[in-house]
Amino acid sequence: MSEILAKYGFLIVPIVKVAILVFVVLTLDAYLTWLERKVIAHIQARWGPHRVGPHGLLQPLADGIKFILKEDPMPTGVDKKAYFFAPFLTLMLALTSLSVIPFGPDITIFGYTTNFGIADVNISLLVLFAITALGVYGIALAGWGSNNKYSLLGGLRSSAQMISYELALTLSVVGVLLIAGDFSLKHIVEKQAGDLGLLSWNIIGFSKDHGSFTQIIGCICFFIAAIAETNRVPFDLPEAESELVAGFHTEYASMKFAMFFIGEYTSMIAVSSLFAILFFGGWLSPFPASWTMTHYLPSIIFIPLGLWVIYDGIRYETILGRVILPGLGAVFTVIGFALFLFSPVNEAIQGPFWFFAKVGFVLFFYIWMRGTLPRFRYDQLMDFGWKFLLPVSIANVVLTSAVIMWRMK
Amino acid sequence: MISGVLVIFFVLAGLAVLGAVSLILQSHPIHSALSLILVMVSLAGLYLLMGAEFIAAVQIIVYGGAVMVLFIFVIMLLNAGVEERTNFSKMATFGGVPLALALGCIIAVAIARSSGRLPAPAADGAMSSTRGLSNLLFSEFVYPFELTSFLILVAILGAIVLAQREN
Repeated sequence: MSEILAKYGFLIVPIVKVAILVFVVLTLDAYLTWLERKVIAHIQARWGPHRVGPHGLLQPLADGIKFILKEDPMPTGVDKKAYFFAPFLTLMLALTSLSVIPFGPDITIFGYTTNFGIADVNISLLVLFAITALGVYGIALAGWGSNNKYSLLGGLRSSAQMISYELALTLSVVGVLLIAGDFSLKHIVEKQAGDLGLLSWNIIGFSKDHGSFTQIIGCICFFIAAIAETNRVPFDLPEAESELVAGFHTEYASMKFAMFFIGEYTSMIAVSSLFAILFFGGWLSPFPASWTMTHYLPSIIFIPLGLWVIYDGIRYETILGRVILPGLGAVFTVIGFALFLFSPVNEAIQGPFWFFAKVGFVLFFYIWMRGTLPRFRYDQLMDFGWKFLLPVSIANVVLTSAVIMWRMK
Repeated sequence: MISGVLVIFFVLAGLAVLGAVSLILQSHPIHSALSLILVMVSLAGLYLLMGAEFIAAVQIIVYGGAVMVLFIFVIMLLNAGVEERTNFSKMATFGGVPLALALGCIIAVAIARSSGRLPAPAADGAMSSTRGLSNLLFSEFVYPFELTSFLILVAILGAIVLAQREN
């Protein structure tokens, strides 16, 4: 096994990693829609999806089947090249952006050490920005190619919005780059490791040995700009349904609509991962490294969660629910006990566990904001982007450079 | 012996030429702009092949992203339609074609004469790392660099003056 890996590993390992990542991300996308509908429903005192499967857990599957089986009409007068190319471009770029994100520290399987992510590029942050820069074409082309005035307006709004907020997005990261001195996301995370746990993350920036400074301003600017870049509430003007029907994707149905949808959720995951890496220490634990007791935290979360799902499942009103939910709970409980018993596995899972916990929280925050905030007006959006966010980001760059220069002396 | 790098080079170079030809032949401005994006992205791939990662990424961010988004934005805003194809003017037939051929000959001769004498791209040299590049930019080439930023500042001021004139 190890000889084969040593010889052909460079070819096999990336293919396996891509397959796993695409499967995980597409499943995550599907259940993110479920989570979004559930969370917003509870914010608005409703139940949300609860008919298909227990607690509506099979709703994403039903939605998937619906997307495949639906008729896909093409409006007359569309620009065929742009109309067909746009959804592919959106999905392709969104999935590509995940390829440079490190999900955890390097791992060793069967004696083969590899990075926990698809590609370990030394300019991974720039690659991500390059992909973001191209991302606007998907929406602009979809809006222009659909031969529909609402789509065109949505596409135009989106282009203007993404150009405006890309500047703030890029500048808000410069502070982190000044601290790390490197474009590699892996090194940015490693630079945030310290004896003090979460205090040495970039958002707090408390560190004894090297020049570091709190990036809380950059963090807030980045998050606001990132929401605008992913076209989410309160910056979802490109698809404002009360004004533009559905904006740039009005004329898309079936799988082509699904591609935009999956693309949007995948870029949400990518942006949340980037946010966690840049400001919240990526895969690092919030506790100091000497607190080894905290390594049992995954078990402490998984076992009660599994037991609660079993308890909830045996009282569920449908027979399907009484089968599926205890089964799911049993899987969680077994995972929790397995992590407790096999400590090498538990150690390997620490990095990804914290990474996905942080990403999960950011994604929840995204949904929380959608359930809470009203939409911006177009002139407010432009005013806010150019007259507030951009100057504040530039001020953060100047402040951070000054503090680092002063500390180095 | 054809190496993998050479194959990738010819694929990218072919894409760049294809995009450039398509840029001229397309009758719709948006399709022309899309072809130009293909040229920009292929060029970024060529830079990457030469070990200049930073330049490649910046090529996509600035030219592939910002500049071309602006082009597409303006074309969409003006709602420019399909262009009519006109016959070649006499000027183009008698002046343009010989001049284009002459230019092609000059470039071909220049490449043929200097082949083998050009230095190989520095794999670990100053241009390949971001740190080396910024060191060069802020020490040896600081005056051209500052002059360029001054030029951009003038352009920005000009744009503001033009926009304010109506009020």
